[in-house]
Amino acid sequence: MKVLVAVKRVVDYNVKVRPKADGSNVELANVKMSINPFCEIAVEEAVRLKEKGVATEIIAVSVGPKACQEQLRTALALGADRAIQVEVEGDVEPLAIAKLLNGIVSEEKPDLVVLGKQSIDGDNNQTGQMLAALAGMGQGTFASEVTVEDGTVAVTREIDGGLQTVKLQLPAVVTTDLRLNEPRYASLPNIMKAKRKPLEVKTPADYGVDTATRVTLVSVEPPAERKEGIKVADVAELVDKLKNEAKVI
Amino acid sequence: MSVLVIAEHNNAQLNAATLNTLAAAKEFGSEIHVLVAGSGAADVAASAAEADGVAKVFHADSAVLEHQLAENVAPVVAAIATNYTHVLAPATTSGKNILPRVAAVLDVQQISDVIAVISADTFKRPIYAGNVIATVKSSDAVKVMTVRTTAYDPVSASGGSAEVVAIADVTDASLSSFVGEELAKSDRPELASASIVISGGRGMQNGDNFELLYKVADKLGAGVGASRAAVDAGFVPNDMQVGQTGKIVAPDLYIAVGISGAIQHLAGMKDSKVIVAINKDEDAPIFSVADYGLVADLFTAVPELDAAL
Repeated sequence: MKVLVAVKRVVDYNVKVRPKADGSNVELANVKMSINPFCEIAVEEAVRLKEKGVATEIIAVSVGPKACQEQLRTALALGADRAIQVEVEGDVEPLAIAKLLNGIVSEEKPDLVVLGKQSIDGDNNQTGQMLAALAGMGQGTFASEVTVEDGTVAVTREIDGGLQTVKLQLPAVVTTDLRLNEPRYASLPNIMKAKRKPLEVKTPADYGVDTATRVTLVSVEPPAERKEGIKVADVAELVDKLKNEAKVI
Repeated sequence: MSVLVIAEHNNAQLNAATLNTLAAAKEFGSEIHVLVAGSGAADVAASAAEADGVAKVFHADSAVLEHQLAENVAPVVAAIATNYTHVLAPATTSGKNILPRVAAVLDVQQISDVIAVISADTFKRPIYAGNVIATVKSSDAVKVMTVRTTAYDPVSASGGSAEVVAIADVTDASLSSFVGEELAKSDRPELASASIVISGGRGMQNGDNFELLYKVADKLGAGVGASRAAVDAGFVPNDMQVGQTGKIVAPDLYIAVGISGAIQHLAGMKDSKVIVAINKDEDAPIFSVADYGLVADLFTAVPELDAAL
């Protein structure tokens, strides 16, 4: 079984991002970039499927500038067999990414596509669902457990009220939630080996996809500041403040 | 032209998130229609028809829609969506699951987690875990968006008398099927709509110690949440997680107990009206957003709080 896994280069999750002084965009100069944490979980899940003998080949895909090859090499070091980069400069929206991934799906015909449920920069949570729609596949979003058997995949999903399990016909799309697995660290030999694994570079034109944005960024601003709070000495003072000052209990 | 809101429900009751989403829909100043897609959900359709400001309810009722699988619901929405200027759903796990599938079918770039409507095509939404608020403008013919429910006060559940129109054209996409679900059973208020929330973090040390929070919660009529650290450690189930990728809450009072305050957690609760932090580490980042901070061992402070209420 062939598994396609999508990865995105994003600002590292430890970085507190701020707007630029002119409010035109966020300040990303000299900021540490990493593989999106949810994508890392997606790669790990694909690798585990291969270790179980369920998956036979893992293809890692990323849409972005040349620099995202770094994240593809990370995916290769973690266990992907080969990689495809679709080179695009500037902002690419989830819909355009889904169309590009659908182009790759048509060529590669994977049985399973695994993506992170959202990227921690745009926080959109759309790409997997959009790909599933475009490819005419079922979707198992926000997965905390994935079991492949007999041409189907059972996906346990983290939903607002608890957990839901659905069964999808393969090929299908799965998007990962935090509890699906704990990603491994790439070993040094595997990092070295990843440098020699094949990485193909494509363009949106190869898939006939227009990546022009539909939604334009007008401005960015910091969120409203909370006014500075106070420290209370003990529980009695806390209860008094909540009752008589904040009047919330 | 009018605005369509996708109702959130469990076939028996209209979820309150729908009422918050209706408040966002009202901002466009046009007629509001609601779609109820479910099975045996006539009561939900009736409730939606009574909600303030709703002019018409479309009710698609079919066994195929019982579990509101995205593969089966999305085509129902997409079939009527082009009659509208805007299609809205609450940014719940259900809305987030279904709406992007609709947007892709319509060839529209969805706008997620809208917190403010500036004009018919311009909206505000948080990005980077809420550290930045972006103003974005859509050029798509139909604006498809999820609404962050905490940004809007709910409309009244009564006062409306909309007509209910049946939609018969429902088919099984045969891509997916429902296997089962484990829903949390609790007599406490839902996190998303509770006016008081008390949450525990890694400092709780184990799941049994959450009993301390449950006691306080029951005195206050509060919902109980948790940080990602507490959920990942297996103290409590995932549906209790508050944060960037969990539930977003904005109650009148949020009490954070033994939570250090990672930016991902703050993203889920910093719009609460009053925030209390109880933590023994006085340098914990949670204190930077707290109105009232108490530097104390939670195992002493929480029982004291319980006794004082």
